[in-house]
This record gives sequence, structure tokens and C-alpha cells, in this order.
Amino acid sequence: MNDPGPYRPLTYFQLMEISLRELLVEKGVVTEEEVAEEVEAMRKRGYERGARVVARAWVDREYKQRLLANGTKACEELGLEVPALKLLVVENTPEVHNAIVCTLCSCYPRMLLGIPPEWYKSRNYRSRMVREPRAVLAEFGLEIPERVAIRVHDSTADMRYLVLPMRPPGTDGWNEERLASLVTRDCMIGVAVPKA
Amino acid sequence: MARARPRPLKEQFRPGDAVRVLDAYPLGHVRTPFYIRGKTGTVERLCGAFPNPEELAQMRDGLPAQPLYRVRFRQQDVWPDYRGGADDVVEVEIYQHWLEKP
Repeated sequence: MNDPGPYRPLTYFQLMEISLRELLVEKGVVTEEEVAEEVEAMRKRGYERGARVVARAWVDREYKQRLLANGTKACEELGLEVPALKLLVVENTPEVHNAIVCTLCSCYPRMLLGIPPEWYKSRNYRSRMVREPRAVLAEFGLEIPERVAIRVHDSTADMRYLVLPMRPPGTDGWNEERLASLVTRDCMIGVAVPKA
Repeated sequence: MARARPRPLKEQFRPGDAVRVLDAYPLGHVRTPFYIRGKTGTVERLCGAFPNPEELAQMRDGLPAQPLYRVRFRQQDVWPDYRGGADDVVEVEIYQHWLEKP
């Protein structure tokens, strides 16, 4: 027989979610089907949208300027809807490496990167990324030389952040699609850099 | 007729201004992290004006909107034993009512 595991009662928030959802369905505001579809759409969303934005910025200097000036508008140019998202794009340079964290909860540019990874929501990452970023990055396998400044962005309020990594050497003449394939989720959070 | 939305509060700081985060500990839903309270940094940019989240959490409208700033802090000013260069920084979004002139 399968071990059903230790019994755990519903948490306060699980109970609240179920109650609210059932009430909304009962009142005809939404259907169970619509809720399920939305959950499915959310799960399917990956980081490809973010990678497209980065690749465009790598090949189009003017687009990059617009992206850094107003991230939300520049995403809309590519047909990417980023509702309720004030996007700030921060650029890595040979002098500055950027990384994103939300110490208060788990704010994350979901419309561009999908659902955040578990570690992004962990207390470990959230508390240590602002406190000892160099040690945390090293644990991700990213050693940042002392001469490069680290800029940690704590997303505490209404903005969302995306790191624009540096285009790796050896990619001259690559098209946007091929470039986008180098851009991983972690590169856009700032815990990795793209490699060709 | 709906009442006109009150105008956002006037901005009191500009990019480049030195600001200190209030060393205050009110109860409720506050989006100013503990580690940055009482610390001094520099306004990096104005992000716009947004309803006050502390009021929103109490089911009120949070208006007039509070200017929101991105404030840059030197890591060595935030953590006395920070391991890393003097140019390492942490940037935090802070609402105007949490900031004062140092």
C-alpha cells in the first residue's frame, strides 16, 4: 500500500483560497473551467519572452536604449503584454553585475520569466542575496571579480526587474533566435551569465 | 459623479539627493525592509507615484499616491562587516513617507 504521508490539515491560506474560489463559482463570477485554464496558462509560461527581449536588445542598439528607458513600453513593442508591471531593465557591463531579489516576498517579472524557481522564494536566497551577494553567486557557480561592482536590486514595491546580460563573445552574426537560445532564466535574474 | 482622484503627493527628493530611511517600526503591512531602516543612501530615480501599500492592506484606497523612489545604498554602509568592494550597492524601492533628509 502506498504511504499517504503524514496528515496535514489545510493552512489558513489554502482554506481561504478554496472558500473564495467556491464562492466566486457559486455566484457565477467565474467558472471552475476558467480558473483551471488560467492556472494552466500560468504554469506554461516560461522565460522565453524574457529571452526574446534580451536578444532583440543585443542586435538593435536603439531598441536597447528604449528598453533601458522604459522596459514596459519596449516589451509592448514586441507584442508582449506586461499588465500591471512596471519593468526596470538593468544592464550588466564590464564594470557592473546586476542581480535581482525580493527580500519581502517573491516579486518577480512573471509575465516575462514565468513562475519563479523555488530557490528564488527561499529564505536562504532572499536573506543572503542582499547580505553576502558574492558568496551566494559563487554558490551558483558565478565568481564575480572584485573589480566588478555588484548591484543587488531588492524588488520591494511596485517595480519588477530584469537583468540585461552582456552578449557573450563569439556570437557575431548570430540571428535573434539563436542568441535567445543562450539566454536562460538565471541570466535574467543575475545569478548566471550567458555563454556561447 | 465619482469624486476626482486626489493628485499624487508632491515629490520632495530628486535623483542624486541623499536620503535617510526612517528608523521606525510600525505594525501592519510595511514594504520597507528592516535591514534598510535608519540607513542613508542616494536617490537613484523616481519610479512614479503609487497608492500607499500600508493603506491598501487596510482596505483603504491608499490615496493620495506616494512618490516611490529607488534608493541606492553602499553595501559597506548597510553591513559593517560586508565582504566585497566599496562599489557594491543594494538598491531598494522606498515610498516617500519613509524618507527624510539626513
